[in-house]
Amino acid sequence: MEATVEKCRCDQNTELEKVIAQHEGEKDDLGQIKPGGNGVVDASSDNELIKQQLESIIDEYRGKPSGLIQVLTKAQNLIGYLPAWVQTRVAKGLGVSLPEVYGVVTFYSYFSLIPKGRHKVAICSGTACYVKGSKTILKTLRHVLGIKTGQTTPDSRFNLEVVRCIGACGLAPAMIVDGKDVYGRLEPEQIPGILEQYA
Amino acid sequence: MRCYRAHVLVCAGSACVTLGCHPVKEAILEGIKRHRLEEEIKVVETGCMGFCEQGPLIVVYPEGVMYCRVQAEDAAVIVSEHLLKGRVVERLLYRDTDTNKPIPFMKDQPSLSKQIKVAMRNAGFINPEDIEEYIANEGYFALAKVLSGMSPEAVINEIKDSGLRGRGGAGFLTGSKWEFTNKAQGAQKYVVCNGDEGVPGVFMDRSILEGDPHSVIEAMAIAGYAIGADQGYVYVRAEYPLAVEKLRHAINQAREYGFLGYNILGTGFSFELNIRVGAGAFVCGEETALLASIEGRRGTPKPRPPFPANKGLWGAPTLINNVETLASIPPIILKGSDWYASMGTEKSKGTKVFALTGRIKRPGLIEVPMGMPLREIIYDIGGGVLNNKKLKAVLAGGPVGGFIPADYLDVSMDYESVAELGTLIGSGSLSVIDEDTCVVDLVKFFMEFSCEESCGKCTPCREGLKRMLEILTRVTEGKGQERDIEDLERLSDFIKNTALCGLGQAAPSPVLSMLRYFRPEFEAHIRDKHCPASVCAALLDSPCQSA
Repeated sequence: MEATVEKCRCDQNTELEKVIAQHEGEKDDLGQIKPGGNGVVDASSDNELIKQQLESIIDEYRGKPSGLIQVLTKAQNLIGYLPAWVQTRVAKGLGVSLPEVYGVVTFYSYFSLIPKGRHKVAICSGTACYVKGSKTILKTLRHVLGIKTGQTTPDSRFNLEVVRCIGACGLAPAMIVDGKDVYGRLEPEQIPGILEQYA
Repeated sequence: MRCYRAHVLVCAGSACVTLGCHPVKEAILEGIKRHRLEEEIKVVETGCMGFCEQGPLIVVYPEGVMYCRVQAEDAAVIVSEHLLKGRVVERLLYRDTDTNKPIPFMKDQPSLSKQIKVAMRNAGFINPEDIEEYIANEGYFALAKVLSGMSPEAVINEIKDSGLRGRGGAGFLTGSKWEFTNKAQGAQKYVVCNGDEGVPGVFMDRSILEGDPHSVIEAMAIAGYAIGADQGYVYVRAEYPLAVEKLRHAINQAREYGFLGYNILGTGFSFELNIRVGAGAFVCGEETALLASIEGRRGTPKPRPPFPANKGLWGAPTLINNVETLASIPPIILKGSDWYASMGTEKSKGTKVFALTGRIKRPGLIEVPMGMPLREIIYDIGGGVLNNKKLKAVLAGGPVGGFIPADYLDVSMDYESVAELGTLIGSGSLSVIDEDTCVVDLVKFFMEFSCEESCGKCTPCREGLKRMLEILTRVTEGKGQERDIEDLERLSDFIKNTALCGLGQAAPSPVLSMLRYFRPEFEAHIRDKHCPASVCAALLDSPCQSA
């Protein structure tokens, strides 16, 4: 029984690796998108330094499946997204199956299978922001950046996202850039000026 | 401890940080230095004061003078006029929205006069990064009282007698939850704090975690003692990085001072606390989903029973309480259950924090006794509708709640009365909508949210909500059919009765609420192809031909 399960898992892993790799391929066609993250340019599995850093992140929870979300969060902060090779390494390190890792990555909105831009522009989709006109702000952002929600600009400078309430309801409508700079009481005219600050 | 002539409190809640309170603080410090007042005046960074719309905020004690929308340039004037010469800077005072008269003192703020702060007692008043300020405000006194002479049963009875109910949404009696977990068999038990504040439009948990993290830590230790647990987890949303930072700092301080860890206060009781940061999933606010997420798995709910009180984290008995609930525990232990139960109504005791948002003059966080009429909250505390427009409804409970129309504004804000109107107090979101808001469009927006956040585990929620969204989209595009109303009602009823978790069951609520109170408006979209609020672009009376 044990052996069958093991074998089964291996098959799934190879299959899944292909599926994930396909996902990445699709997105690459959209434009010459290079991985963003914290200034990391080369996120391929050949980069020894990245590999080492990833292993040290995994070390903290090695063999402990409960640390999966924490490890993936740190890995994504390091690399900018979670390509197939990263997921495979995390799965091996923590002792969980690759399908489980893939399941968690696709479940939580924080994780991404595709490279992101250097700056993440996120518009709040909370009730307060909606009532105060976040729709117009989003429209302006789409127009100025020339991309749809969930996409990255061809020059990898920005990616645009709609996020759940960021708790800045008193300042609605609000958007948050790079997860830290919150802009509140927005008017569409302010958008180009704000984006200019991010190179 | 040093004595100072005056204290300058700078609000450093997320909203004020956004609006630039740090440069203001720096400028004030610089001004104080220039006038050589360092020995006399102390500048303190506090958590959210609740006046987010007026930020950056500064309050100068002992007088309690509040300055609003302070910019770095204004700092020099505050220092030279107020701190040096004792003259209030009138230009920066808060002005009454109707009379335009300045209101110098914080205590005279119209929005504060009707509030009673229990869970939010320290937020905006103390420096959350300094455990000594918390202790000076009776912090950890409740823990000491519990550990030095109360039996776990006595603690549980105190909480039960107070009538405190879970503030996260369900409104279950907190004391009973503690009792169940206490009686459950298991060598290892856990206390979990639910800080996955996912409902859009609420931010009280964030304010408490950012402004008074020690109150949550203290309450969790008390809970641990009462149920027999020596480990706890605080689950915080990934969207709240500042809260995580403040909490981490506070946990380390508490450990240093011996309020956490091994053999607390020399009583032989040990309790350890860990932080788990979520990764963005609304459904993780549901307790069984939250536990799955702490275990590192997909956050999908499980059928109950077994309840977490019997089988929770890694199969062990687990107590899960929300941030606001926990923050109310230490005052109940110190002042007694009678004091807490004296506030509120017969079945809904104590105080509740509400987040006032939307088209209102004074948005922010407020804490009032349960049972206060909604009219008082909206008009006396919130100052009424923005631009003096006509109030259409107040939306309670966010995207899984319902409407309280203008005709029902005198409803008493307690669990039972609000439930009678077909909505819920939930986690305390109150969004004001005026005549310019189209309810059909708004409900469609909520359905988009629920569809997006559905975890996909059970069919009614995963498929049913999608069908409802399709119908609503059709209606806002002017393609509605007569039978859509009937279909929506049937689907809502079905999902309400068969979805696996509380979130799925509540997701159709806004649709039902709309059909109950705003049926004519919905029918106008279908029959007359007309949007009375002129929001739905496809249904405008005279569409712009050149658009």
